[in-house]
Amino acid sequence: MKRLLAEYGMIFVLILLVVLFSLLTLNRESAVDGAAADRLWRENAEKIVEAGDLFIIGAVNKKSAEFAELFAARAKDRLATVHLAIGNPVQVREIWDRKSQEFQGVPVVAVSGDVENWLLLDALKKEMPTLELVAPSEKMQSDFLKPANLLAIVDRIVVIAVIAIGMTLVILTGGIDLSVGSLIAFAAVVATLVMKLLGGLAAPWWVVWTGFLTAILSCGLIGSVGGFLVAQFKVASFITTLAIMMMARGFAFLMTGGFSIYQVPETLPWLGRGTTMGIPNTVILLVLLYVGAHLFMSHTRYGRYIYAVGGNEEAARLSGVPVKGILIFVYLVAGLCAGFGGCIQASQIGSGAPNLGKMFELYVIAAVVVGGTSLSGGSGKILGTLIGAFIISVIQNGMNLLGFESYVQDVVLGGVILAAVLIDKARSSGNWRWEKAGA
Amino acid sequence: MADSDNGTLLLSMRGIGKRFPGVKALDGVNLTLHGGEVVALLGENGAGKSTLIKMLSGARQPDEGIIEIDGESVVIDSARAARDSGIAVIHQEFNLVPGMTVRENLFLGRERTRFGKIDHRTETKLAREWLARLGLDIDPEERCGDLSVARQQAVEIARALSFDARILVMDEPSAVLTDREVEKLFVNVRELRKEGIGIVYISHRLEEIDEIADRFLVLRDGKMVGEGRVLDSSRERLIELMVGRSLEKEFPPRSVEIGEEKLRVDRISQGKLVRDISFSVRAGEVVGFFGLVGAGRTETMRLVAGADRCDSGEVFVEGVKVSARNPREAISAGICLLSEDRKAEGLVQKHTAMSNFGLPNLRRFSHGLVLKDGEEREEFSEYVESLRIRVSVPEQLAAQLSGGNQQKVVIAKWLARNTEVILFDEPTRGIDVGAKFEIYQLMNKLAGEGKAIVMVSSELPEILGMSDRIIVMREGQIAGELENRDGLTQEEVLALAMEREVAA
Repeated sequence: MKRLLAEYGMIFVLILLVVLFSLLTLNRESAVDGAAADRLWRENAEKIVEAGDLFIIGAVNKKSAEFAELFAARAKDRLATVHLAIGNPVQVREIWDRKSQEFQGVPVVAVSGDVENWLLLDALKKEMPTLELVAPSEKMQSDFLKPANLLAIVDRIVVIAVIAIGMTLVILTGGIDLSVGSLIAFAAVVATLVMKLLGGLAAPWWVVWTGFLTAILSCGLIGSVGGFLVAQFKVASFITTLAIMMMARGFAFLMTGGFSIYQVPETLPWLGRGTTMGIPNTVILLVLLYVGAHLFMSHTRYGRYIYAVGGNEEAARLSGVPVKGILIFVYLVAGLCAGFGGCIQASQIGSGAPNLGKMFELYVIAAVVVGGTSLSGGSGKILGTLIGAFIISVIQNGMNLLGFESYVQDVVLGGVILAAVLIDKARSSGNWRWEKAGA
Repeated sequence: MADSDNGTLLLSMRGIGKRFPGVKALDGVNLTLHGGEVVALLGENGAGKSTLIKMLSGARQPDEGIIEIDGESVVIDSARAARDSGIAVIHQEFNLVPGMTVRENLFLGRERTRFGKIDHRTETKLAREWLARLGLDIDPEERCGDLSVARQQAVEIARALSFDARILVMDEPSAVLTDREVEKLFVNVRELRKEGIGIVYISHRLEEIDEIADRFLVLRDGKMVGEGRVLDSSRERLIELMVGRSLEKEFPPRSVEIGEEKLRVDRISQGKLVRDISFSVRAGEVVGFFGLVGAGRTETMRLVAGADRCDSGEVFVEGVKVSARNPREAISAGICLLSEDRKAEGLVQKHTAMSNFGLPNLRRFSHGLVLKDGEEREEFSEYVESLRIRVSVPEQLAAQLSGGNQQKVVIAKWLARNTEVILFDEPTRGIDVGAKFEIYQLMNKLAGEGKAIVMVSSELPEILGMSDRIIVMREGQIAGELENRDGLTQEEVLALAMEREVAA
């Protein structure tokens, strides 16, 4: 438990944020509108059909009237006669008196929320004690926790989270990869360009995958070239990937002439917006990739080698770790992940554009750092990165719901990144103190 | 050896205690220091020496006890307070900026300015004065990074003195120096003593204590176990105090049948540091490599182990040529290197002891791609037991272990790799006496198993005590090879190492 806390402490921050935003976005669900009518009808349909008679009351305002009319419309599908009264209490009383002769039994009275406490209803109840009254209840609900919103969080973060896997590996070796944002655009452009060339709008489904595969592999190739430069010539990864970042963005614009590519098959959005057995594909993808990456990093030899290279490159080399191979490998993976991210992005927006993914490298690095991976290399966890990505997305989403401008979000995000780095420092200096104590 | 009784009492630490979670790091320690006196602080790693020193440098405060300077009680709670009290600590790692000049380093943080501009002339003049005080012939405009380690240390001392320090604490100052440089250091120390400066001297090398210290104080497990005048105590007595038991001998005996040739190195060269080196080591043999610092011993070992690439020459293991372009190939051919610098090259400090142990052996600990953590753990615990490595849990961070235990983890990882040739580069540097002995025993055991062992060392007693044969290097070449017969003296070996090159 203590270890869990140390390694995945950020999960508590995430939980805290979720609770916070859930409470802050709590909303009264109105009892006086179309949605309330729908709900009330669903809850009471059987009872009403059985009773046979239905009397609906709405007050004189737009929402209340909408409630009454919609309820009437729903009921008419199942009942022969529906009595509808919209007006002030006096008018409604008149209508009631007129219609009550037509009742075959004891009617169900459905009222909108703002009618519920009319004195008239008490009077009717006195006259007809078995009369049944139904009204929509008021409910508290959190906008943040609505399923649609939760899915939006995943949609928003999936690209960053996928790329953050590769970035975690690179940062674990003590490097950094600035090219991933540009590679998103590069991949999206390459993928859609291939689709356009292979038939465009009318092309079959396999063309989509051919496009994706081409894009992912070419990004992998670019990544491994960067890795080779870093490993063989000891060029600083910051500079190497900065150069690649500029070149990849440039090529993306050159290939498209600066325009977006829309001539893509209809099945393109499947990956980013489709579902499989009711579960969004992006969710499935995230789970699969992260489980795979976690197993790779914690249960294979090569995962350990990656940690060792970042922890002490020379010690790793002298221990027989193929350092160069490992370095090339992590940049290759970073490239593949960026390519994959670009394909998901293209799929989500249904086209490819050379200006996609601007600044994404920084969000990705932020996710990794917030997730607890040390920029000096050698320590960090893959699942921490997933948590980090979600923290960023949850903050953005929650603040959107609360109506903050995006500039405020940037300020808060920056603060979170600083806090994460400080926590990391405090944690490692805690070790440092312990070390001294033991000496 | 000057008698120091006449000096005034500079420093007095009384009843010092310090508690860390779970351990009492110091308990009732008394230390006094007079002007013009050298007090040796002795003890194994983890005995509490560093903690005691940290109380003088301001890095820690005692939980119990008082510190008095010139008879007045003081609180030393920062580096600044220490400096104001006239205390200077020379750590093993220097506080010099390598890219700056000697002058800039000396004046770092207290630059002399004139009209807002740095006053080079005054600074240079003062810097020369300070350096001259130590008899140093160093150009103040030289970059610190370009100076030898010994000279950097001297600059560090000069800086300490420029703050008018009267109490100088030196933490293993000789660990990084060659014998000749140590001699120079001692000249300086004696000079400072004459000036009335009190010195606390920490070292693992007992022969130095004999030479330089007036009194000693031995700590074990945070407690004082002995103090007295150096003149009155034998070296064996000091070791006994430190270890808490008497070691039969400093070096364990070995009787091994020497077998077939295991390692043959044939005329390897690289640049100027390694020129045409050839030697061979047989099964069960321990070959000692001696030489002054810079003689090319470490460089030679790195070439043999594939850590660097040879310009020319060949290496054979059991008669098979090794094409060692990198350490990985050398290891699979059967050569491993325990490098001199554990911190930088031997261990991943921020990883656990166990994962350091596993690193060269992961292929064996995995089936296909998947790691079998259980096997790794099991084998590590076996080594922990047999090598008596003191770890609390296998997951303890390497950085938290003492020098001796770190070295044992390094040894364990290579033992598990089971290579035929093992190159030990300064295997006992910075390791306390008790652990040293265990490491010698281990080397003997390996020799007994028929491994070929090379040991690079700068300590002549160790070379003479452990080797079957001694190869002496000088200026990148082999100066000579000596059978370690009875009666071979340190002087003979040293003479070979220092002899001037004679024209052939």
